[in-house]
Amino acid sequence: MTSARTKFLIGGALVLGTAGYLMATSIKETGTYYLTPTELATKLDADPGFRNTGVKIGARVVPGSIQREPGGKEYAFRVTDGARVVPVVYRGIAPDTFTDGVDVVVEGRMATDGTFHATTLLAKCASRYENAPDAEKYKQTPGYKAGAKA
Amino acid sequence: MILVGELALWVALLMGAWAATTSFAGGALGREDLVASGKRGLYATTAMMVLASIGLWTALLTHDFSLKYVASNTSANMPKVYIFSAFWGGQAGSMLFWALILAVYSAIAIRFVPPKSRDLVPWACGTLAMILLFFIATVCFKANPYDRLSFVPADGRGMNPQLQNPGMAIHPPNLYLGYVATSIPFAFAIAALVTRRLDAEWLGIVRRWSLLSWFFLTIGITLGMWWAYVELGWSGYWAWDPVENASLLPWLTGTAFLHSIMIQEKRGMLRKWNVVLVVTTFLLAIFGTFITRSGIIESVHSFAQSPVGTWFATFFLAATGTTIYFVATRLRDLEAKATLESMVSREAAFLYNNVVLVGIAFSVLWGTLFPILSEWVRGSKITVGPPFFNTVNVPLGLLLLGLTGVGPLIAWRKASTSNLKRQFAVPAAAGLLVGVVLFALGMRDGYALIAYTLAGFVAATIVQEFQKGISARRNIHGESFPVATVRLIGRNRRRYGGYIVHAGIVVLFAAFAGLAFKKDHDVQMKAGETKELVDPLGHRWKFVSQGVSTSETLNRFVTAIGLEVWRDGKPQGILTTEKRQYFDSNKQPLFEPSTEVGIRTSAKGDLYVVLAGVRDETAELRISFNPLVVWVWIGGMIMAVGGLIVMWPQAERRRAPSGYVATLEPRREMAATT
Repeated sequence: MTSARTKFLIGGALVLGTAGYLMATSIKETGTYYLTPTELATKLDADPGFRNTGVKIGARVVPGSIQREPGGKEYAFRVTDGARVVPVVYRGIAPDTFTDGVDVVVEGRMATDGTFHATTLLAKCASRYENAPDAEKYKQTPGYKAGAKA
Repeated sequence: MILVGELALWVALLMGAWAATTSFAGGALGREDLVASGKRGLYATTAMMVLASIGLWTALLTHDFSLKYVASNTSANMPKVYIFSAFWGGQAGSMLFWALILAVYSAIAIRFVPPKSRDLVPWACGTLAMILLFFIATVCFKANPYDRLSFVPADGRGMNPQLQNPGMAIHPPNLYLGYVATSIPFAFAIAALVTRRLDAEWLGIVRRWSLLSWFFLTIGITLGMWWAYVELGWSGYWAWDPVENASLLPWLTGTAFLHSIMIQEKRGMLRKWNVVLVVTTFLLAIFGTFITRSGIIESVHSFAQSPVGTWFATFFLAATGTTIYFVATRLRDLEAKATLESMVSREAAFLYNNVVLVGIAFSVLWGTLFPILSEWVRGSKITVGPPFFNTVNVPLGLLLLGLTGVGPLIAWRKASTSNLKRQFAVPAAAGLLVGVVLFALGMRDGYALIAYTLAGFVAATIVQEFQKGISARRNIHGESFPVATVRLIGRNRRRYGGYIVHAGIVVLFAAFAGLAFKKDHDVQMKAGETKELVDPLGHRWKFVSQGVSTSETLNRFVTAIGLEVWRDGKPQGILTTEKRQYFDSNKQPLFEPSTEVGIRTSAKGDLYVVLAGVRDETAELRISFNPLVVWVWIGGMIMAVGGLIVMWPQAERRRAPSGYVATLEPRREMAATT
């Protein structure tokens, strides 16, 4: 007759083991690489088969590159990390914050023609909850009055 | 007043340092005069923090745009209430707010320490002063809301429109009140460890403050979900974003503690485990603040990258190190006084509750940190999203739901077969009935079926408990039903308050399971155009577009669309959804356009309409049917009410406690014990 303590430990290990197993498998199945355009290019050069892996790209939208298919919900734009530029197409509703020059995270696959087909598009605004504390920006507002050091 | 506030902040820094030093010295040397001085130092710090906060509120409300914080977070044309709430809307102000709450909490906790726990005071006071010192120093040197601009802008930059929402005005304070309350149990745990006074008395203080923390976290998290749902326009309320996870983690370990503490009170078991849970909860609260403030983890809605990250990391590591040292050197003082006697007992049920809660907490932490961990270990950043969290936590959550029903009814030590039969026959049947009926009605989602079966089971256990208690009172005292109900709860607040919390959990899980039947439709509509859709419950909906209109109000430009709505041929009125562009006093646009969601709530589910955009007079809309969403908020509120009932002070007034353990649950004989 095993003690209640041992039984409890076995039960606990079973629960945590299952949870651990679920964690491991779901990371394997749903974990997504989070890459910059440069890192993605390096990965693709090293292993062309990497194309079939779903990835997320974090980069900035090239200003002026957003094109919207008339009447439709398809967007074409380019993103860059400063070194590499990746053309992206996305079908769906774009968030309010999606404009020129914002940081975005796109999730999807690289197609053979070198275009990234995104299934999700997240726009990240560094100043989402707080305006960037950038004093220079005040000087651009028309009502700006200089002086008066408090 | 603004200048006074700024000065008070620096005085608070000095006072905090004084309080910490004298308290620790007084504790180490056993000198009462130093201890008293440390206490006074703490009270002085609190007073200074109140002044510093009044100063910032004054600056905000008088529109002193020479302060960077005021200029960055408010504008002259904003509604007063949001100017008031801008205090915690930005990084620097929220840090000050945090320190303010901690100061007030600390003063209250130290002032009202029961006489028999006096030995803990110097160390608890010192620890609290140290934490406070850290926060005040961070505010002073790294995120000072009193920083001035080199010029005075005519107007501020306003508040992000998404924060201009009643939910956002009260969600952060609740969350902070919850987060910060974890400091008090931590301080008293450290004090108990240092003095080796690890018997029951420190648990009394710790339990009360843990409950308070749990209460505010529950409200804060619920409000956060509500805000995300009505404001962000993605028709969900929980996205497993790092910021959300950070608030969930201390809630999970705090909930675990509130259960396991009962085992220590009743049976003297789990003493090490409880200390670990108390300190872990605090450390997770600090850690959560760190990951959301430092920008170390990608989050869609975190604060801007900021310089406080390193400070938090250092503080976190120091606190963790100290804790580990004290726990490790006190292991022998924490030996259990009893052992588990049977797997079929309340102890075992509570232990499993703890295993599951901590398991969920661990998986959430793991998933949140995985991008960083994978980058360290494998060199490339791998992120996990909602699928990961759902895969792991749905089964664990369901197990927890089941235990919610089992725990309160099963006997302590070892349940007899007759105890099991008597307590569980009816609830088990009720649960199965719910499952079978739903299956017959055509529900085929496996997890949802399990969830509703378990929800039925747990709900029945709660009803059964209330029914037993109430009919006992009616028989013995001849009371009417309402009187018996009120007195039953009033005389056994811990027990029946706990059941009410569990009822909230049941409602919450039932609502979560409703998500399995959510439906989204993307539609495009011209003025006058009609669309027909069927919701998950089979109701036919008809929408007629009234076309897009534009207008201008106080501080925003609005693009709106009205939809005439019919359900099953009955008119439901007009639903509007808006896109808003906020501007400052000079009509300069502020922020990106934001979405104002059109929501029609009913008990069965929400109709949720978002205006995605307008092209060539055609409105693009996302129409979602979200079953049972309103029950998430209701469930959260039921839990909060239950928490309030449990917290309400009572036992102390009626009898002088001779020892903490002895005063607990005097009417336990009515419980499951045979």
